[in-house]
Amino acid sequence: MNDIAIAVRDLRKRYAHVEAVRGVTFDVRSGTTTALLGGNGAGKTTTLSMLLGVLLPTSGAITVLGCDMLRDRHRVLPRMNFTSPYVDLPKRLTVRENLRVFADLYGIERASTRIDELSAELDLVDLLKRPYGQLSAGQRTRVSLAKALLNRPDVLLLDEPTASLDPDIGDRMRSHLESYQRASGCTMLLASHNMSEVERMCDDVIMLRAGAVVDSGSPARLIERYGRATMEEVFLDIARGVDEPVPSATRDVAA
Amino acid sequence: MNVEAMREMSVAIDRQRGVVPSLRRVRALIRRHAYLLLKSWPRIVSMAYYPTVTMVLWAFVTLYLAPTNRFLTDAPGFFIGAVLLWDVLFRGQLGVSLTFTEEMYSRNLGNLFVSPLRLYELIAGQLTMSLIRTLIGVGGACAFAFLLFRYSIFTMGFPLIAFFACLLAFGWAVGLAVSAMILRYGLGAEELAWAAIFLVAPVSGVYYPIGVLPSALQAISHALPTAAVFEGMRALLLQHAFRYDLFRNAVLLDVVYIALGAALFAAAVHSARKRGALLQMGE
Repeated sequence: MNDIAIAVRDLRKRYAHVEAVRGVTFDVRSGTTTALLGGNGAGKTTTLSMLLGVLLPTSGAITVLGCDMLRDRHRVLPRMNFTSPYVDLPKRLTVRENLRVFADLYGIERASTRIDELSAELDLVDLLKRPYGQLSAGQRTRVSLAKALLNRPDVLLLDEPTASLDPDIGDRMRSHLESYQRASGCTMLLASHNMSEVERMCDDVIMLRAGAVVDSGSPARLIERYGRATMEEVFLDIARGVDEPVPSATRDVAA
Repeated sequence: MNVEAMREMSVAIDRQRGVVPSLRRVRALIRRHAYLLLKSWPRIVSMAYYPTVTMVLWAFVTLYLAPTNRFLTDAPGFFIGAVLLWDVLFRGQLGVSLTFTEEMYSRNLGNLFVSPLRLYELIAGQLTMSLIRTLIGVGGACAFAFLLFRYSIFTMGFPLIAFFACLLAFGWAVGLAVSAMILRYGLGAEELAWAAIFLVAPVSGVYYPIGVLPSALQAISHALPTAAVFEGMRALLLQHAFRYDLFRNAVLLDVVYIALGAALFAAAVHSARKRGALLQMGE
């Protein structure tokens, strides 16, 4: 079995006068969670959009579960899903109606059972009959997550998955994603600004700045290399342009 | 569920290609819009409102002119039939365009385009919803025409189905082109959804023969299936003859326009994918 679930090679996206993504190359191992980190405008959402096929790259190659996403994305889309704050669900439809529509789009057998199952897991039971447009931002995020898990995806792309959730619900969502991954062996790629979330959930981190990969590795390894105590500090170093990791010994002396 | 079971399910999903899964995805789109329609009676009423009011207006014009006009004495249902068929065209186009703008307003395009839904299934869903909207809108007006004026458009018989199909198909073609424009230029271009079809009204000969048009405009008329349909309708009502030549022309022109509309829509989607617009479109 191929150990690499997502392979990205020399991916580029150029708009009229801006090169949003500049030759990004990375692999995401099957069954792992990888974070795509970077400041605003670093190219995270652009990269995720290209992985999903809703944005065409200027050049480069993307392979997901062995399929070329630029030529054959419909072969693999039933095995993928995503959430993003940049998209919504129809506001006048109830939560159940929305989930039912997407269950049909993804070809889910026994859709009602699957919706009930997810509603119980994500604490949505009381919201099923309410129009999506009447939900709070946090409730909408949970519904989007339910939509993303409907087809039990093998690859899950998450753009700010716990944005707008209070710490309690955010923690429960993270736990749910973790247990889903343990049960399914799903590969997750997430873009997040929540560094404690990244430290907790991610096996690997890919750091982007100005559309290029500037560093990568496991959170523990990056923290060690940058001589920092948390991913938050590593993020700040990289986002602010500290390209060369400072050996921890030097840092100690400087301090 | 263990890892093996999940894998098996993934394989099952991967195999979901072919006609049945495709129809299921089209059904999902219809379900999405049906939910919306069924929970809003004002939406349903508004679909039939305009065709009914226009029909009533032309029915009274007919009642006023008929006693002194031999043309209307011979074909009393002429104006009512014309206005109802025109609404098939208008509702057909509007049905496609509004179904698409609804997705844009909902900021739902991103979800749709990352799902297994294919472009031709999206188009099929739009066209089916257009048919449903047209049947509700024009069907309501037809019912009122019978209740108020004892006029039944169904007296046209089989040719009515031919006229209906040709006009609906042209409405779909224009609707796809309008959807393409809205996707390209954003919801600011939504006015096109309401106004676009009226561009062809003067040269379609809805209420008059295209022979009254200047020759340059007649040339345009001959390139439109609508003109063939309304000429055919007049031939049926006045000469009681179904003009197969006009029907054939309308069908051939419809095929060309549907292909153009679909190509334009596909090009707009491709352009939106290049510009990254699918995740950004919305209110």
